[in-house]
Amino acid sequence: MNPLPLYVAIPLGAAFLIPLLGVWWKKSGETLAPLSMLILAVMSMLQVSRPAAVYYMGGWVPPVGIALVSDGLSTLLLIAINVIGFLCILFSLKYMQTYTGLTKYYALFMLMVAGMNGVVVSGDLFNLYVFLEVASIASYALVAFGVGAEELEAGFKYLILGSVASVMLLFGIGTVYAVTGSLNMADVAREIAMRFGGEMNPALLLAGAFFLMGFGLKAALVPFHAWLPDAHPSAPAPISAMLSGVVIKSLGIYAICRVFFNVYGIGTGAGEAVIFANGMIAFALLSIIVGGLLAIGQWDYKRLLAYSSIGQVGYVMLGIGVGARVLATGGQLSIAGLAILGGLFHMFNHVAFKSLLFLSSGAIQYATGTRDMKQLGGLREKMPVTAFTTNMAALSIAGVPPFSGFWSKLVILVATIKAGHTAIAIVAIVFAFVTLVYYIKVQREILFGSVSKLVEKAKEVPALMYVPLILLAIACVGFGLLYPMVGVYILEPARDALMNGAEYIQLVLG
Amino acid sequence: MKGMTVIVKTITDFVVGFIVVFGAYIVLYGHLTPGGGFAGGVIIACAFILTMLAHGKDVAFSKLPEKVAHVADSGGALVFLLIGWFGVTVGFFFMNTFGRGEVFRLLSSGMILPLNIAIAFKVASSLFLVFSALAIFRRRSFRAMIEDELA
Repeated sequence: MNPLPLYVAIPLGAAFLIPLLGVWWKKSGETLAPLSMLILAVMSMLQVSRPAAVYYMGGWVPPVGIALVSDGLSTLLLIAINVIGFLCILFSLKYMQTYTGLTKYYALFMLMVAGMNGVVVSGDLFNLYVFLEVASIASYALVAFGVGAEELEAGFKYLILGSVASVMLLFGIGTVYAVTGSLNMADVAREIAMRFGGEMNPALLLAGAFFLMGFGLKAALVPFHAWLPDAHPSAPAPISAMLSGVVIKSLGIYAICRVFFNVYGIGTGAGEAVIFANGMIAFALLSIIVGGLLAIGQWDYKRLLAYSSIGQVGYVMLGIGVGARVLATGGQLSIAGLAILGGLFHMFNHVAFKSLLFLSSGAIQYATGTRDMKQLGGLREKMPVTAFTTNMAALSIAGVPPFSGFWSKLVILVATIKAGHTAIAIVAIVFAFVTLVYYIKVQREILFGSVSKLVEKAKEVPALMYVPLILLAIACVGFGLLYPMVGVYILEPARDALMNGAEYIQLVLG
Repeated sequence: MKGMTVIVKTITDFVVGFIVVFGAYIVLYGHLTPGGGFAGGVIIACAFILTMLAHGKDVAFSKLPEKVAHVADSGGALVFLLIGWFGVTVGFFFMNTFGRGEVFRLLSSGMILPLNIAIAFKVASSLFLVFSALAIFRRRSFRAMIEDELA
C-alpha cells in the first residue's frame, strides 16, 4: 500500500486522539505522541528506497483530483521532519514536565507535524496552502505555550506576520489559478510550459513575487525576518528546535524550491525567470549579513541561536538561488547542480545542528535555570555530555573542517565562484568567519571558562534529554564523513528532482 | 445575582431550545438545502453561548460540561478523520460507501451526512470552548499591567 496519506493521517489522528483520551488519562500525550512519531520516523527512513511515488486521493486523477506526491526533495524533508520530531518529543518527555496542559502541548505538536508532512507531500497548490496554515497556526500556539508576557507577545507578533504571509500566498495562488485554470502543481507547470512557452506573463510574475515574499517570511529571509528572533527564543526548547530545525525549512525553503523549480520551471522556461533567482540571491545575501552581524551582540543564548538561524538559512538560499540563476541564464548544468546540492546539503546539516543547539539550550535552561550567557560558564565540568554535544554542533555550524557544516558551506562557495559571482562568494566567506566568531563566543561564555555560580549547582540532565543530543551530535559528524551515503541516497535524488522540473510533471500526470 | 435580568433570562430559556433545533435542522439537511456542519454547528454553539451570557458560566457549564465539550471537540474531528480514512482505504473517497444519493431523500448522498454531523459536533463544542475561555480568563486591567511593569 502507498504510505503517503499515512504521513498526514497518523499525526492528525494522534493530534485528535491525545486530547480525547486526555480527558480521562493524563499520560495520553506522553504515550501516544512518541509512539506515532517513532512510526513516522521509521516510515520516512524507509521511504529512501523508493523516493518517487504518487497517490491519487480516492483514485481521482489530476487535474480533477488531489494528488499526494513524493520525490527526492519531499523524501529529504520527510526524513528531516519526522526524525527531528521524534527526537524533540523524546526530549519533551522530561523537559515539558514543568509546564501544565501537556495533552494540549502534544496535540499541537502532532498537529504541527501533520501540517508540515502535508506541505511536503502535497501535489496541489491549494492543499499546500491549507497544510501550511495548519502547521503555522499550531506553531503560533506553541510559541505562546508558556503564556508569560514575553511568550504571548512573541506569539502574537508571529501570528500577525504569519497571517500577512498567508494572505500573500493565497493571493498568489488565486492569481496562478486565474491564469492557468488549475491548482495541481504539475498541471500548472505544464500549462505554464505549454501555453506560455515558459514565458512569464505579468500575472505570473506578480504571483511569483507573492510566493517569494510569503514563503520567504515563513523561511525568515531577511526583509521578512522580524518575527523569528522573538518567536524562537520564547517557545519551549523542543519547539524552538522544531521551529528552527524544520518548520522554517519545510514551510519556507521547500515551498520556494517546489514552486520556482517545479511549477515555474526555472531553467526550462524563458530567461525572465531569472528575476526570481536574483531575488533569492539578494534575500540570501541580506540574511547572511544581517543574521551574522546581529547574532554577535546577543547575550541571550537562544536569541543568538535564532539570529544564527537567519544567517544559515541565508546560506541555504544562496546555494539554491545561485543554482536557479545558472539554470535560468542557461549556464552549465553541472554548476547549477553543484550549487543546489550545496544548498540542500547545508539545509540537511542545519536541521541536525540547529536542532541540537536549541535542545542543548533547553538542557542548559533545565539544569541551571537561565539562558543568559553572562551567568553561565564552565559547563564542561558540570554537564559533560551536554557541553560536548553542544561543542560538536557549534564547530559544525561554524564550518570547522571535519564536521558536516564545513563541507556544505564549501560546496556552496565553490559553486558560487564557479558561477562567476566572486564578490558574493567573498561576502559569504567573510560571514562564515563571523559565524565562527559568535560560536567561539558561545564556547567561551558557556562551555569553557570558570564555573559560574549557577552552573556550580547544575547536574547533568536525565538520559531521556541527552540521548537526542548524542544522536544529533553523531549526525553532525556523520553527514560530513559519510557524505557518499547521505549524498547518494538522500541529497542527489533531491537535487535531481529540482534540476529536472519536467520529470515532476511526468511523475504526477503520467 | 449572577447573569443578566429576569427578562433576558426568561427569553433566553424560551428561545434556546428553538435555536438548537434549528441548528440541528441545518446540520441534518446540509446536503439537501443550504447549510451544513459548520453553519449548523455555529448555530448550536450560539445557543450555549447565549445561555452563558444570560445566566453566567456556571449554568452554561451545567448544561454542557467542559469535559463533554472537550470529548465532542476531539471526537468530532476524529470521526471526520476516520470517515476520510475509510474512504482512502476502501478507495471510494467522495464515492459514498453508504450508497449513492437520491434527490430529496434525507438519508442519501452517502458520506456527506455523517461528515456534516461530525463537523457540527466539532464546531459547536470548540466555539463554545473558545467563548468559555474568553469568559474565564478575564483581561487584566491596564492599571495592573502598569503596576507590574513598574515593580
